[in-house]
Amino acid sequence: MKRSRRVRDHLLVGLTAMAVVVILGMLALILFDVVRGGLGRLSWRFLTAAPEQGMTEGGIFPAIYGTAIMTLLMTVAVMPVGVTTAVYLHEYAPPGSKLAALVRIAVNNLAGVPSIVFGLFGLGFLVQFVGGGMDRLFNGGELRWGQPALIWASLTLAVLTLPVVIVSTEEALRAVPKDHRMASLALGATKSQTLWRVVLPGALPGILTGAVLAVSRGAGEVAPILFTGAAYYLPDLPHGLSGQFMHLGYHIYVLATQSPDVDATLPLLYSTVLVLLMLTFTLNLTAVAIRARTRRRAGAAAH
Amino acid sequence: MPQSQGHTDRAFEQDLHTLRQKLLAMGGTVEERLAQAVRAITERDEALARHVESHDAEIDRLELEIDELCRRILALRQPAASDLRLITTALKIVTDLERCGDLAVNIAERARDLASAPEMPPPPDLQRLATLAQQQMSRALDAFVAGSDEQAAEVLSGDELLDALYLKIFNELLGLMMEDTRYIRRATCLMSIAKHLERVGDHAMNVAEMIIYMVRGTDVRHSYKRTGQG
Amino acid sequence: MTSAFTEGPRPKLQAKGLTVRYGRKTAVDDVSLDLGDRQVTALIGPSGCGKSTFLRALNRMNDLIPGATHEGAVLLDGQNIFERELDPVDLRRRVGMVFQRSNPFPKSIYENVAYGLRVGGVRDRAVLDRQVERSLTAAALWDEVRDRLDESALALSGGQQQRLCIARALAVEPEVLLMDEPASALDPIATAKIEELVHELKTRYTIVIVTHNMQQAARVSDVTAFFYMGELVEIGPTERMFTAPRERRTEDYVTGKFG
Repeated sequence: MKRSRRVRDHLLVGLTAMAVVVILGMLALILFDVVRGGLGRLSWRFLTAAPEQGMTEGGIFPAIYGTAIMTLLMTVAVMPVGVTTAVYLHEYAPPGSKLAALVRIAVNNLAGVPSIVFGLFGLGFLVQFVGGGMDRLFNGGELRWGQPALIWASLTLAVLTLPVVIVSTEEALRAVPKDHRMASLALGATKSQTLWRVVLPGALPGILTGAVLAVSRGAGEVAPILFTGAAYYLPDLPHGLSGQFMHLGYHIYVLATQSPDVDATLPLLYSTVLVLLMLTFTLNLTAVAIRARTRRRAGAAAH
Repeated sequence: MPQSQGHTDRAFEQDLHTLRQKLLAMGGTVEERLAQAVRAITERDEALARHVESHDAEIDRLELEIDELCRRILALRQPAASDLRLITTALKIVTDLERCGDLAVNIAERARDLASAPEMPPPPDLQRLATLAQQQMSRALDAFVAGSDEQAAEVLSGDELLDALYLKIFNELLGLMMEDTRYIRRATCLMSIAKHLERVGDHAMNVAEMIIYMVRGTDVRHSYKRTGQG
Repeated sequence: MTSAFTEGPRPKLQAKGLTVRYGRKTAVDDVSLDLGDRQVTALIGPSGCGKSTFLRALNRMNDLIPGATHEGAVLLDGQNIFERELDPVDLRRRVGMVFQRSNPFPKSIYENVAYGLRVGGVRDRAVLDRQVERSLTAAALWDEVRDRLDESALALSGGQQQRLCIARALAVEPEVLLMDEPASALDPIATAKIEELVHELKTRYTIVIVTHNMQQAARVSDVTAFFYMGELVEIGPTERMFTAPRERRTEDYVTGKFG
């Protein structure tokens, strides 16, 4: 009897260890392959120069810049909307409110929509309807907004990452102890004062985590920006919100699938992937760091 | 709503029960010694008198045990309300009972003196005083057992008679001494005994007052005039 | 059934037929009692007897609990606190509250104490400084923290945090201080300090303290009210309540026959 239990224990440990090995192994393989292939081409010039000669020479700076700008715009768009929605759901919606239930259903469904559908949404609604409408209203029909542009790509991604922000913010709000709200109200603060001075500052680490998660998700998504703003070869940086832009993820996609000279662009591909991976890792590490700090703060507060 | 189900703390309940038992034991012993001492006078029984004197230690022991128990309850149980009043009552009446034990011894000693002297019939009122004093103490202890402030109040009203009786005996004996100087020794003895019995009555009063406090929660001591100074 | 205790100083707060319900459950049932000005009134009773709910009604914190309804009135200096004209936010500045578990904000000590003043619109740094010092002194904490006002309040010990919460409540200069089992999470020495504080504070504030510790009620209060199953069973001077209570239920509770 005892022997079989010990065997089962060992078996379990063994299986778990194997799973870990497999996962780490895959990650190591990917990293190894990418680093080996991409390190060679990586240089300061690569990171800071514009592409030349049909993407076989020069650098990918515009892509880095484009990714960053787009992500920034996306964050500026998604954070206020996401945070206020979460605040409404958690702080103001009366229990049993139909509106709140509706919003939650919408958010949950939004989270499950495939990213390519977002791309189509961005194209159909933002680019053609809103953009086209703006052109008709402000430019007298001249095509400026009604085409793939930085702003539409950013807004599309904002919609995509909205559920992430809402959920993280709600989690963060939930983590603020009820005691603090009570104490604030008992001191004669109004509900909005309590929100501004106690709840939001307390939830800030969680909200920031949500922002970082949104950013790291948004920076890597390619499908939504396929038709809404990304372009392959733009040696100049985008001027204004209505221009197209280069993007690391999109760049990799094009390099891998549509390059006329595969051998020449392969090293370029590897290096771009390496840059993108480094960017993603950095973002994720930042999220982990913020989360760790949040947990320490929460540990100190829960005396 | 729970009705007198006893204290949630069983050990506390046990302590209070033990306290009552000991108080009753002490009361009973004191009553017995008083009765024996009085009998020693009327029957001129030296052996009985000596028995009373030698058994006073028993009463003292009970006083110490009850005091100890009360202190323990106060320290460990933080009694409140009726429990607190019981403890403070116990602490006080234990003193009165112990004094009565001493008074019984004093009476017994006087009984021996009388027994060794030529017989002199004690005034009949003395027997009445003795009976009354014992009755007062007995009723006070009954009031404690019954938890009745009415019975205790009756004891308070009975003290007047006791004091009047004592005064009467005192005057009688004084007259006797002035008549015939041969009676002086024995009469003085009898006066002592009467005084002791009157003190027993006073102690019975104290006990009754404490019982009233214990039951009602109001302290009636020193709030009315007592008769007789002697 | 309920004895409205009106001897002594004029009442600061008066409950008149107060009933509080959570949904269908009645937590406080038709309670009328007076809370004397600059006195300490202790509310005792077994768990679930309604004493905490009653306390929370006095500064309308029950308003924040969904499903809580009330009937009857509570008068503060003669004015009904449930009147529409009276803003609960203003009420809570006049009637402060200290909670069972200390709940300082994750801010500095200074900012914690100044919080009530800031939300009340006070911006003048000199005024804030003065009030912070006064409140911390009143809470017997000034000497211990005067050199580290900018440190996090969470670095203080449990007893200090609770005194900080008291200072925070005092900073807005309330007239009444409600304390819900303020020392239940503290060790005996910290508890003793809080009780001593209550003694000092009662010369200036009306204090109502809920406690399940009868000895604490006996030590700290002038008047004690005994609640049972939502009713006010008896109220009277603390000494009488603990030596010769009039109601059988009070007697049974105080001597430990139940609860």
